[in-house]
Amino acid sequence: MLDLAISAIETAKLRGASYADARVMDVRLRDLSTKNGQVGTLAESESLGIGIRVLVRGSWGFAATDRLTREGVQACAAEAVAIAKASSLAKIADVHMVPEQAFVDTWQNPYVKDPFRIPLERQLELLLAADRAMSRIKGVTIAETSMTFRRIEQVFASTLGSKILQIKMQSGAGIVATSFQGTEIQKRSYPNSFGGQHQLAGYELVESFDLVGNAPRVAEEAVALHSAPQSPEGVKTIILESSQLGLQIHESVGHPIELDRVLGMEANFAGLSFLTLEKLRTLKYASEIVNVVADARLEHGPGLGTFGYDDEGVPAQCTDIIKAGLFTGYLSNRETAPAIGLSRSGGTMRTESWNRLPIIRMTNISLLPGTWKYDDLIADTDDAILMETNRSWSIDDRRYHFQFSTEVGWEIKGGKKTRMLKNPSYSGITTEFWNSCDAICSREHWTLWGTPNCGKGQPMQTMGTGHGASPARFRNIKLGAAFAKS
Amino acid sequence: MSPARKSSARAKSRIAGPAVAAVHLPSDSELHRIAEKVLLFSEADGTEVDISATVDALTRFANNTIHQNVAEQSLSVSVCAVFDGRVARSTTNRTDDESLRRVVATAARLAKSQPKNPDLLPMLRKQKYTKVARYFASTAGASPDERARAVVKVALLSANRRQTAAGIFTTGATASLLANSSGLVAAHRQTRAEFSVTILESNSSGWAKSNSPDVSNVDPAILAERASRTAAATRDPREAAPGPWTVILQPAAVLDLVGFLFYDFAGTAILDKRSCFNDRLGKKVLGENITLSDNVYHPLQSGPPYDGEGVPRQKVLLVERGVPRNLVYSRATAKKMKTKPTGHGFSLPNEYGEAPFNLVFEGGKTSVDEMVASTDRGILVTRLWYIREVDPYEKVLTGMTRDGTFLVEGGRVVGGIRNFRFNQSVLEMLSNVEALGPAVRAAGEESFEMVVPAMKISGFRFSEVTKF
Repeated sequence: MLDLAISAIETAKLRGASYADARVMDVRLRDLSTKNGQVGTLAESESLGIGIRVLVRGSWGFAATDRLTREGVQACAAEAVAIAKASSLAKIADVHMVPEQAFVDTWQNPYVKDPFRIPLERQLELLLAADRAMSRIKGVTIAETSMTFRRIEQVFASTLGSKILQIKMQSGAGIVATSFQGTEIQKRSYPNSFGGQHQLAGYELVESFDLVGNAPRVAEEAVALHSAPQSPEGVKTIILESSQLGLQIHESVGHPIELDRVLGMEANFAGLSFLTLEKLRTLKYASEIVNVVADARLEHGPGLGTFGYDDEGVPAQCTDIIKAGLFTGYLSNRETAPAIGLSRSGGTMRTESWNRLPIIRMTNISLLPGTWKYDDLIADTDDAILMETNRSWSIDDRRYHFQFSTEVGWEIKGGKKTRMLKNPSYSGITTEFWNSCDAICSREHWTLWGTPNCGKGQPMQTMGTGHGASPARFRNIKLGAAFAKS
Repeated sequence: MSPARKSSARAKSRIAGPAVAAVHLPSDSELHRIAEKVLLFSEADGTEVDISATVDALTRFANNTIHQNVAEQSLSVSVCAVFDGRVARSTTNRTDDESLRRVVATAARLAKSQPKNPDLLPMLRKQKYTKVARYFASTAGASPDERARAVVKVALLSANRRQTAAGIFTTGATASLLANSSGLVAAHRQTRAEFSVTILESNSSGWAKSNSPDVSNVDPAILAERASRTAAATRDPREAAPGPWTVILQPAAVLDLVGFLFYDFAGTAILDKRSCFNDRLGKKVLGENITLSDNVYHPLQSGPPYDGEGVPRQKVLLVERGVPRNLVYSRATAKKMKTKPTGHGFSLPNEYGEAPFNLVFEGGKTSVDEMVASTDRGILVTRLWYIREVDPYEKVLTGMTRDGTFLVEGGRVVGGIRNFRFNQSVLEMLSNVEALGPAVRAAGEESFEMVVPAMKISGFRFSEVTKF
């Protein structure tokens, strides 16, 4: 793989590239799912190819191929150079990148059990057992389960002299019970919705979920939602459990801090950002107890945004994004770093696979733990709605106005969790919301959630991102707009 | 040399530069050779091979310059193996004999690892397909220089008006072959061109997008002009109060809302009780003026004339004058529901069954200008964004307006307004359609392309307003 990558960048140099990098990636996937007692998807795939990025005449070109002969790779490099020359037809100014060192290194995330070595029969047996445990509950109309595993082996080489091998193992699983009654479809998911929980880990992650043990509760809650009262409209205190807060961070902190978006490069699709450059180190993004980091380092945890080096050869870093409520940092790359006065990239260039250009992506964008014990937080709350597990999410194209709904709500009255509520939703303006945070739970309640399906770029790329969070309380939040009848 | 060959040689001689789909896309005979090997290597009771080759290029611009410019070529070989009522799939992008033998063996190993599937049917035999012509040499021959020159014109237009342009120009082609051990062979070859542009001013923006198999149907200059005018006309937006409004939705906005209905027409969605048409089939749940079909053969549609199992696609009348009449079915779903497959099944194995992907609305005769002229107070919407389902049975969707939201007063457009969030039932919306425009091929960002009209709708529920 390294020989091919080096051949690619040498060809690009010979053809006039002032800079080139290449990624050879070998991606292996296993997908399993069940529905109502039967196996749904049972598939494996492998994809091996090379993507070559070149800078010629101050403009970018990129080409990718799965024809991995020396001739195929050299032709692909030549194509990237020709594309860069075409880009220069519309050039306003040359691309400049901040310097970076050359690295020769190998990195692999730790894991205990290789999920591809676990017999399929055992994995299916676990999913079918969880499926049966949900289906047994009267009123469940669909029981669904899934597991996904991904192994990415990638070699990076650049004309700076970097030669980096990385191997990432990713695992995830989840279960969902759906119930249709009258004119209502309700569902509950575990450990998270939309595919469950995912981390850079082995099969031990799936075993830690106890899918079968949780299945009856999940199914019972889905059915019970039909007879639960409607969550109220109005302005109220809310407590978000950590997976919903993880998605809130993703949408209202993670995306607006992408510097390519801020600089207009995503204007046609993903949109712009309200975080214009003059807001850096001046905007009070959140209340003083809020601290958010972008941390791709392994010591942050096994998140989907954890790696050794980003996809332009920059080592993993931790950047303060919000410090004591103040907005302090963006996600940057070697090209955009100078726009905010940095002399080094923040190391956030990532690509979905060999056939996609690396772009600025979230790493692990995490809310650092606070000081509250969860039970103390509930006891300290007089009148609120506790919201669990995302059901829908939407935010405007500058990441300002958002609306979320969750699968279930719980009424908090007089410091106690009382009855179940259905169809909870909340909405607001990003900075107003984060400034209303007055309590964050401690490290023991903190989870590094994985969002495996973040879409960005043209052509669209799907990326896994990590979001650490513990339950937190927010005051004076607008509730119920999603389900309001008037 | 035959006349056809002369013509082909002339086409190739016009190709300037690299990254051209016409050069890189494998021939049908290459795909057939791979398929024959896979079927030869397999010892399964039944084997299906689905080969897909893609050559795509995309020129991306922002801030009036090209900032990303990419091309890719890839080929995947997906093998579905059946052993004693058990089915599984394995996919590779390597085509040497060793890799093909491995992908066949993996599919077999996966299939044997599971319980029997009582719904599994024998593989489909040879079928006859209606021909569709969706491969255009002009699109396949498009070069990066041609795309860049189109972008330069758009950037100049924008810069001359003190505006900023961002967008994409993409061209590409796919070739696919589906074959199985029961003698079925289906092949499809198609090109695709798309141009999308956003033009920005300091406090407003406009957007336009078009795609077609034929690049000559996609005119970047016209699209940029439209986006530029929208940005200028919505400058300095005022704030309007949320609430129920009469709206005029351009086709792209209609598309991105009604696109959320597609899976509700799947037989499997009814069996699973997750369709919004559950208990509503045959009842009048939409307006009298709503008639909807799935029709891959419509001249403005695209895609192959067969489904994931090779069943020929049929035209299906889904909604007739407001009444949901018919569903689409894969082979297995059709058997369960005691009807016939319609050619809308997904590749096996899967848990979702089928879906219509070639929706065609019956249009009307009212132009958008006429809709505006007949509106005393309303909102004209160019485009919607980040649409998500809030209530799956009442089909309540939430999302935002974007890139060109106009206030209409006294029968004319009076200027731009700040963007709204909506929470709106699509079923209710399609019951309140006051006027329809001619149906056109529309492209959005939230749904696949379909043939839809502009619509004037009463009582559309905007729940909140954002800051821009």
